[in-house]
Amino acid sequence: MISNNNLKSLYKDILKIRIVEEGISDRYSEQEMRCPIHLSIGQEAIAVGVCKNLNDKDQIVSNHRCHAHYIAKGGDINKMINEFYGNSDGCTGGRGGSMHLFDQNKGVLSSVPIVSSAIPLGVGAGFYFKYNKQNNVAVIFLGDAAIEEGVFYESLNYAKILSLPILFVCENNLFSCFTDIKERQPKNLIKKISKTFDIKTSFLDGNDTINIFNKTKKIISEIKKNKQPQFILLDTFRMFEHCGPNKDDYLNYRNPKLIKKWDKNCPLKKMEKLLISKKILSLKQISDIKDKYKVKIDNIFKKCRKKKFKGPNLKEIKLYA
Amino acid sequence: MPKKRIITSSEAINEATIIAMKKDKNVYVIGEGVNDPKEIFGTTKNLKKIFGKKRVIETPISENGMTGLCIGSAMMGLKPIQVHQRVDFALLALEQIINNCAKAFFVSNSKHTVPIVIRLIIGRGWGQGPMHSQILDSLFAQIPGLKVIMPSMPRDFKGMMLSAIKDPNPVIVLEHRWLHNIKGSVPKKFYSQNINKPNKIKNGKDLTIVANGYNLLEVLEIQKILNSEGISFDLFDLNVIQPLNTDSIISSVKKTGRIIVIDSGFKNLGIGSEIVTRISENCLENLKSKPVRIGLPFMPTPSTRFLANNYYPNKKTILCAILDILKKGKNKIKLEKKLKNNIPIDVPDLSFKGPF
Ligand SMILES: Cc1ncc(C[n+]2csc(CCOP(=O)(O)OP(=O)(O)O)c2C)c(N)n1
Repeated sequence: MISNNNLKSLYKDILKIRIVEEGISDRYSEQEMRCPIHLSIGQEAIAVGVCKNLNDKDQIVSNHRCHAHYIAKGGDINKMINEFYGNSDGCTGGRGGSMHLFDQNKGVLSSVPIVSSAIPLGVGAGFYFKYNKQNNVAVIFLGDAAIEEGVFYESLNYAKILSLPILFVCENNLFSCFTDIKERQPKNLIKKISKTFDIKTSFLDGNDTINIFNKTKKIISEIKKNKQPQFILLDTFRMFEHCGPNKDDYLNYRNPKLIKKWDKNCPLKKMEKLLISKKILSLKQISDIKDKYKVKIDNIFKKCRKKKFKGPNLKEIKLYA
Repeated sequence: MPKKRIITSSEAINEATIIAMKKDKNVYVIGEGVNDPKEIFGTTKNLKKIFGKKRVIETPISENGMTGLCIGSAMMGLKPIQVHQRVDFALLALEQIINNCAKAFFVSNSKHTVPIVIRLIIGRGWGQGPMHSQILDSLFAQIPGLKVIMPSMPRDFKGMMLSAIKDPNPVIVLEHRWLHNIKGSVPKKFYSQNINKPNKIKNGKDLTIVANGYNLLEVLEIQKILNSEGISFDLFDLNVIQPLNTDSIISSVKKTGRIIVIDSGFKNLGIGSEIVTRISENCLENLKSKPVRIGLPFMPTPSTRFLANNYYPNKKTILCAILDILKKGKNKIKLEKKLKNNIPIDVPDLSFKGPF
C-alpha cells in the first residue's frame, strides 16, 4: 500500500510540472523564450510515477518532450527556466535550449531531440552500471514514434543480449506530431515488439499515477535483482499541440471524443480527487499548495526573464575538453 | 645503444590497446569481430584472453546502437575503444557520431566528456570496391567536436592510439588497411604522442609536401630518389586531420614557395582544399607557383584493378607532380625508372593474397 506521504509527494511533483508548463504557455507569446517547446501537459503521471522510484544515481534519458522527466527526476527548475530564456545560467548555458535538458547531479543524463537518439545512450548508462557492478537502473523514456527508428531495435537487442539493468518507458500518446499511430505502424506492433526480444513487458494506464508508481516500484526492484531489462508501455495523451504553447484541436487531427476522454482522465485532477476523497488533503490545503508553488515558480520565471546573458562569447567557447 | 625493436603497425595497435587496458580499467574494446579468430587483422589479438569478455565485447551488427551505447557509457565515465572493420560500416553510426558523440561536450555546457576512440579501417585493393574502401576523412573532419587522426608509421600507431585513448574527446582513428603490415621501430614502453597538429618529418628547401596514410610511404620512397638529384622538400605527415593546425605548413610554404597536398580521400572538397585555401589567405605572395592538389577522383571506388589503377594516386603521379612544380619535367623518364614497381596495383605487398 502506498503511504499518504507518497501520495502527497506524487501529487506535488505533478503539480510542479503542470505549473511550470502552464507558466511557459502563459508567457510564450511574450517572445522571450525563443526556443521550440514541447509541453507534457496530460502526460505527467508517467514521469512522476516512474521517477519517484529512482535515486539520484539512477539515470534517465529523454527526448524532445523532456520537461516532465527532468522535473520528476529532480532536475533544477531554475536552470531549466533559465535555459528556456536562453540564459547562460541555463542547464546547458543556452547551448541546447528546451530540448537538451540534463542535470548531472540528479541523474538526468541527457535529452536528445532526434527521435530515438537518446535510447542507446540510456543503454550505455545501463552498460556502465553493469560494468561497475553498480546496483542502479537506467530508464529510457521514449514516445510511440521512437519505435519506428532502427536504433530502437538495436537498443532492445543490446539491452537484452548484454543483460543490462534498463527500463524502457514507452509513452504512447497515439500521435507523432499530427500523424496517427494507425498510419505509422501495423496494429499492435508497439505491444508486441519488446516481447519479441524476450524482454518482460507491462501495459499500464499512463494517467494512473498511483498504479504507475506501484508497478514500477516492483519492476525496478526486479531489474535490480535480475539484471535484465524490462519494458513498460503506457497509454496517454498530450493535451497541447505537439510543439508550442497552445492547444491545436481546431485542426481536427484528433477525434474530439478522444480528447474529451483523456481530458477527464487528467492525472492532476485525478490525484486531487483522490487526495480529497481519502481526506489526505482538504480543498483548502490543495489550493494553498497550489498558490505556494505558483508564487515560487512565477518568481523564477520573473527572475530568469530579467537576466542578462553573461557569456562566454562564441569565441571563448571551447570545442574540446 | 640498444637494438631497435621492429614490429608491425597492427602489433603496435594491439600493444597500445593492451597497455591502455592495463593502465585503466575503464577502457574497454567493443565491435563486430573483436573476439573472432581474425581479431581485426591482429589488432585485438589476445585481448579477450587477457581481459575477459566483460571488457572485450563482441556485438550484434548494429553500429548506431553500439555507438550510442559507447557514448552513454563514456558520459558516465568509461573509455570505449570502438572498432569498425571498415569506414563504410560506420556510416550506419553517423547519427550517433555526429549528433551525440561530437556534441555532448558542447551541449552539456562542457560537463560531459566523451572519451571514446572510434577505429575505422580503410580498405583498399583486391577488388574492395565502392562500399569497402571509402576514406571519408573530410566528412569526419567537417564535424566540430570530433578529433580525426590518421597514423602512418608503426611508431605513431602506438603513440597516437595511446594519446587518443587518454584524450577526453572523441577521436576518430582512420586506419589504412595497407599500413597494418608495415614494419618499423616501436618503443616497448608506454609513450604518448601529439594528436593536435601535423608532424613535420623531413626538412628541405624546394617545396612543401603534405601527405598522410599510405601516400606518405610513397612520398618517402620518392624522397630518397629525389635527394640523390639534389631536390629536397619539407614533408608534413598530416596524421592529425582535426584539429587542422596549419601554422607549421604555412611557415614552410613561406619559405619554399611551393606546395603539393596529397589527399588520402577525395581531391574535391578534400582536406587539401582547405589547406590550399588557408595558404592563399595567409601567404599568397610567397608562392612561386600554383599550389597543387592530388587526391582521389570524385567517383566511387571501382572494384576491378583495371580501373582502380587510375583511381589511386601512385608513386609515378606524385613524382611527376613534384617534377612539374619544380619545372624539371624533362627528368621524368629517367627518374620514373628508379621507382620500384614490382607489385600489382591492388595489393600492398607480394605476401598479400586476399581477400581482405
Ligand atoms: C530523427 C527525427 N525525425 C523526425 C523528427 C521530427 N520530430 C520531432 S518530434 C516528432 C514526433 C515524435 O513522436 P513521439 O516519439 O511519439 O513523441 P511525442 O512527440 O508524441 O511525445 C518528430 C517526428 C526528429 N526530431 N527526429
